[in-house]
Amino acid sequence: MEAKELYNETILKAYKNPLNKGKIDPADLEFGGGNRSCGDSVTYTLKLKNNKVEDIKFEGHGCSLSLASASLLTEIVKGKTIEEILNLKAQDIYDIIGETAKARSKCALLGIIVLQTGLARHQKNPKETKIENVKI
Amino acid sequence: MNIESIRKDFPILERKVHDKPLVYFDNAATTQKPKQVIDSVNDFYSNYNANVHRGLHALSEEASEAYEKAHEKVGNFINSEWDEIVFTKNTTESLNILAYSLGLDLKKDDEVLITKMEHHANFVPWQYLGKKLGFKVKYVDITKDGELDMQSFDSLLTNKTKIVSVIHVSNTLGTINPVKELIEKAHDKNALAIVDGAQSIPHMEIDVKDLNCDFFAFSGHKMLAPTGTGGLFGKKEAFEEMNPFLFGGEMISSVSVEKTEWNMLPWKFEAGTPHVAGGIGIGAAVDYLNKIGMDKILKHEHKLVEYALNALKDVKGIQLYGPKTDKRAGVISFNIADIHPHDVASVLDTHGIAVRAGAHCTHPLLHALGVEHTVRASFYIYNTEKEIDVLIDALNDAVKIFGV
Ligand SMILES: Cc1ncc(COP(=O)(O)O)c(C=O)c1O
Repeated sequence: MEAKELYNETILKAYKNPLNKGKIDPADLEFGGGNRSCGDSVTYTLKLKNNKVEDIKFEGHGCSLSLASASLLTEIVKGKTIEEILNLKAQDIYDIIGETAKARSKCALLGIIVLQTGLARHQKNPKETKIENVKI
Repeated sequence: MNIESIRKDFPILERKVHDKPLVYFDNAATTQKPKQVIDSVNDFYSNYNANVHRGLHALSEEASEAYEKAHEKVGNFINSEWDEIVFTKNTTESLNILAYSLGLDLKKDDEVLITKMEHHANFVPWQYLGKKLGFKVKYVDITKDGELDMQSFDSLLTNKTKIVSVIHVSNTLGTINPVKELIEKAHDKNALAIVDGAQSIPHMEIDVKDLNCDFFAFSGHKMLAPTGTGGLFGKKEAFEEMNPFLFGGEMISSVSVEKTEWNMLPWKFEAGTPHVAGGIGIGAAVDYLNKIGMDKILKHEHKLVEYALNALKDVKGIQLYGPKTDKRAGVISFNIADIHPHDVASVLDTHGIAVRAGAHCTHPLLHALGVEHTVRASFYIYNTEKEIDVLIDALNDAVKIFGV
């Protein structure tokens, strides 16, 4: 593997100029969490309309892979229902950022794990609209 | 010191990583093993594997003798008696043994003095037990250059200090601390002196009599021995006064309903079946290091650090941490502009280079320096200047990729 494969155009672009960075306030849902061993963390804020994600933003802290994939995820989930988001697979992320990122799965999947864990908990208990420390 | 012939002793150095020759710069985490050590373990399991001290049969006698001999080799290596050496699984266990055994006897007003440079292994046990048992733990400050603040040490050391426990060489910055001086000051206050030698014993000659420390903790696996090996030196008087921490078989001389007598040193502190193969492996590692000579190893690493610091200076956006002077062992911590250390390590990995990125189990130290995490390259006997050139090329690649 060459460094350029792992750090491909898609990742570097999303890392340097991340889409949907920031915070929606007030938000309908807020899910944050991270990987305690490496310190990377991400927080998503969402607006829902008709059970679909109308808008989503993220804030994060960490390496380029985790931040780039956390950002790219926001584009994937916009307009999707909660069920559809919960059905996303790790492979959906790798299809976008490249198979080489599998070597760093903890970083690549940080965003999707935080978001899906938050949504799953919210689905079970609709009162849970803000979760601060999803651990992965 | 012939590096090429040393490298031939390490089978792993032949392997490729991502199709490139392995450059192993993660020696502060654990070192690679020479075939002499691997063979000693293999020989034990193939020819005389048995439990020690118990069986009255040939295998057990051979195993016991080799296991004891290994204590003697380590003792000679640091200028102690063989029975002042307790084998453990690593520095962490050695330091926990001390914290529990000595900590339990401390009173509410007593103080333990450690530093903000400590590895978590010499930080968390004291902090935890201090909170549980009510003794006070104090933390010596460090300077901007990553050295111990001696004024802070002097002001925190008091007549209430019962234990001083300090890191000999920083695993994050490479700082070599003046432990001999600190030990003397501790003794002036009648405190016990503990040295965390995890990063010193692999790289320099250790003479515990000259240092005059009461205890010295170390990891075998950071000095060519198998993983799961480590040790604790204790002065005979100190070990005799100290209560054991682990209880069970092997560590007793007699047990009855009324009373249990501890075994003789060092077995009093080695409860249960020990890592016999590992102990024999430490013995072989010490033989190997002696054959090269610790003075030569120190010089070799010094040369590498000098070469590396000089070359690293020219990498765009580099930020180097730690002492700039001769007070540094073979460890270099750095960051490149605002590239996350994990990204730097990942780029290096694609070049076949193994480094560590993170906080290196030293959160208080990095916090004091105002840094979150670093990339760390750490050297050993088999590393070369050519490998440092590979590192520099790879760092320049990272600079290019991330557009520093
Ligand atoms: C200075 C220092 N102390 C303690 C330790 C803990 O060593 P081990 O993980 O072998 O217990 C290390 C190694 O990581 C170290 O560098």
